[in-house]
Amino acid sequence: MTEILVFCETNEEHLDSSAGELIAAGRKLSSEISLPVSAVIFNPNTQMIKEASSLGADKIYKVNDPKFEQKTDEIFTHGLFESCKQINPTVILAAKTSLGRNVAARTAYRLKSSVAQDCMDIRGDKNSGLISVTRPVYGGNAQAVFTFTKPSNQMVILRVKTFEPLEADNTRTAEEINLEISMPDSKLTVIDTVKQEFEGVRLEDASVIVGGGRGLGGPEAFVHLEELAKILNGAVGASRAVCDAGWLDHSYQIGLTGKTVTPDLYITVAISGASQHMAGCSASKNIIAINKDGEANIFKEASFGVVGDWEQILPAFTEAARELTQS
Amino acid sequence: MNIVVCVKQVMDPDTPISAFVIDEVEKKVVPAQGIPPVVNGYCENAVEAALQIKAQEGGEGTITILSLGTDFVMDVMKKPLSMGADKMILIQDEHVAELDAAGIVNVLSAAINKIPDVDLVLCGQQASDWDNAHIPMGIAENLNLPCITSALNIEHTGDKLLVQSALPDGYQTLEAPVQSLITVNNLFGEPRYPTLKGIMQASRKSPEIWSISDLGVSSSELEPFLILSELKIPVSEGNCEIIEGEDDADSGRLLALKLREEKII
Ligand SMILES: Cc1cc2nc3c(=O)[nH]c(=O)nc-3n(C[C@H](O)[C@H](O)[C@H](O)COP(=O)(O)OP(=O)(O)OC[C@H]3O[C@@H](n4cnc5c(N)ncnc54)[C@H](O)[C@@H]3O)c2cc1C
Ligand SMILES: Nc1ncnc2c1ncn2[C@@H]1O[C@H](COP(=O)(O)O)[C@@H](O)[C@H]1O
Repeated sequence: MTEILVFCETNEEHLDSSAGELIAAGRKLSSEISLPVSAVIFNPNTQMIKEASSLGADKIYKVNDPKFEQKTDEIFTHGLFESCKQINPTVILAAKTSLGRNVAARTAYRLKSSVAQDCMDIRGDKNSGLISVTRPVYGGNAQAVFTFTKPSNQMVILRVKTFEPLEADNTRTAEEINLEISMPDSKLTVIDTVKQEFEGVRLEDASVIVGGGRGLGGPEAFVHLEELAKILNGAVGASRAVCDAGWLDHSYQIGLTGKTVTPDLYITVAISGASQHMAGCSASKNIIAINKDGEANIFKEASFGVVGDWEQILPAFTEAARELTQS
Repeated sequence: MNIVVCVKQVMDPDTPISAFVIDEVEKKVVPAQGIPPVVNGYCENAVEAALQIKAQEGGEGTITILSLGTDFVMDVMKKPLSMGADKMILIQDEHVAELDAAGIVNVLSAAINKIPDVDLVLCGQQASDWDNAHIPMGIAENLNLPCITSALNIEHTGDKLLVQSALPDGYQTLEAPVQSLITVNNLFGEPRYPTLKGIMQASRKSPEIWSISDLGVSSSELEPFLILSELKIPVSEGNCEIIEGEDDADSGRLLALKLREEKII
């Protein structure tokens, strides 16, 4: 039996917020299968190492190579695969981010193992070292439990924002180990990267989100959602139907194949609440539904709602919200 | 260019929740009465991508549709052919239900190896039944192909592919060898509707039917890494408080007051 390895992603100077969640999941698992939690960080700085140890890592593997400055699946798959070959972990945890989910899946298959995707819970069996995971399937209409059959390189991809990072404890220290790996030439060349400029609050960071659905009837309606979002200092999001129709860019999409958000308040306007949409927002603290169909699924997920026409409801709601929040 | 598109038959994801039934003992989703299965949505996007590449080449090359499953509904599975694909291979095998993702990966990889002169492999990004989103990565690893996900655009120039791949807030343009595996989703654009001519042509084509035993996959390659131990419908709490005023506008106003009272806004 060896260890629980966490693939920590980084953002410029810090660990990505998903890293703390994974380490917390690792600690939970550690209490069940009594294995240490180690973190592998590519091109770490001292800040990232401090963060990983204070959030609960026992051991930190540092892998340095200028190639990791380019965040491609290919380069990180090689990095994670070579690290796993040296470490031979019992379990590997990765986050369902755009990099993490691809890198984890490819690494698992390269290790001749397999992977459980989009997991919301994880448990370990002390005697066998085998991991069980709970994951939504069929777009969230069903929930499945899967159990691994072989106790090594069990790759688990966790949905972001399902585990709370532990409280940072700055007195904790972790053992640091340098891993040497050689990087081959890439078969893919990055020609350019185009980043969309973003105004206002980022959807992933927003504590209030106003989301619009197909029932809004067209792109013009989003002016009203923008207005409400501004008053509540929030961001606008959308269902896939809206993005597919071209009313908003795909970066606004919330859901299974869009962004995962966890605002304190998610106001949905003319969204039916399909399971694939809820997959990206069901951990919101308060969901509010404005929908003309009282049978719509969104009312099963919402804590407060109004059944009716958004064109009448939203302006009155916005006006009242303006008065209440500015008084 | 010869393209293989991996396509999966799935339960219609728009099946109403009331018709979504699980047999918890068998750990299976019960097919909804009267609602036929569909070609997985993102697989249709992948077929569209293949057709656009073939058109770029002036119609040169062959598009082969490859699918592994049981209980294929031929009218459903012929859709990619009626959209314009050239050939279809169905690996029809009653043992499919016993396979996990790794087993499916090994069978599909062996099948692609058996198809002559394959250049590019296209897959949907995710199948809407088990939402694995990793069968394509497994195939890429098995066949040692570079893998690009979520393509927005694919262009064949010289002996290379230029692929735009979506990022959460933008995209990246990558240069890849023609021998690659690329996944496609709704961001690629709407799949075309079959034309009447396409439907007629498809009706004259019959798929090649293979079975797993034709592919020389060893039994150890079919052993599962993951076993389904439980399948159920999640319970939702469903205690929404409905706010009702004199009319819709009044309800909107009362909703704001309620949220203020609850210290939510
Ligand atoms: C593999 C897969 C992945 C998917 N991923 C995502 C995803 O990431 N995100 C996502 O959102 N979806 C996703 N979907 C699609 C999802 O299944 C739904 O189709 C989609 O969420 C529906 O969007 P909607 O609620 O805006 O539209 P609809 O379902 O059409 O709902 C519109 C709602 O508006 C209401 N309405 C209409 N007019 C009014 C009015 N005047 N006033 C008030 N209410 C009104 C209607 O009652 C209805 O409930 C995915 C599907 C698949 C198969
Ligand atoms: N049984 C199958 N037959 C053919 N292609 C498949 C099969 N399963 C998965 N795929 C391909 O892999 C993609 C992703 O599926 P999955 O990894 O199962 O979510 C699909 O869109 C298909 O392109």
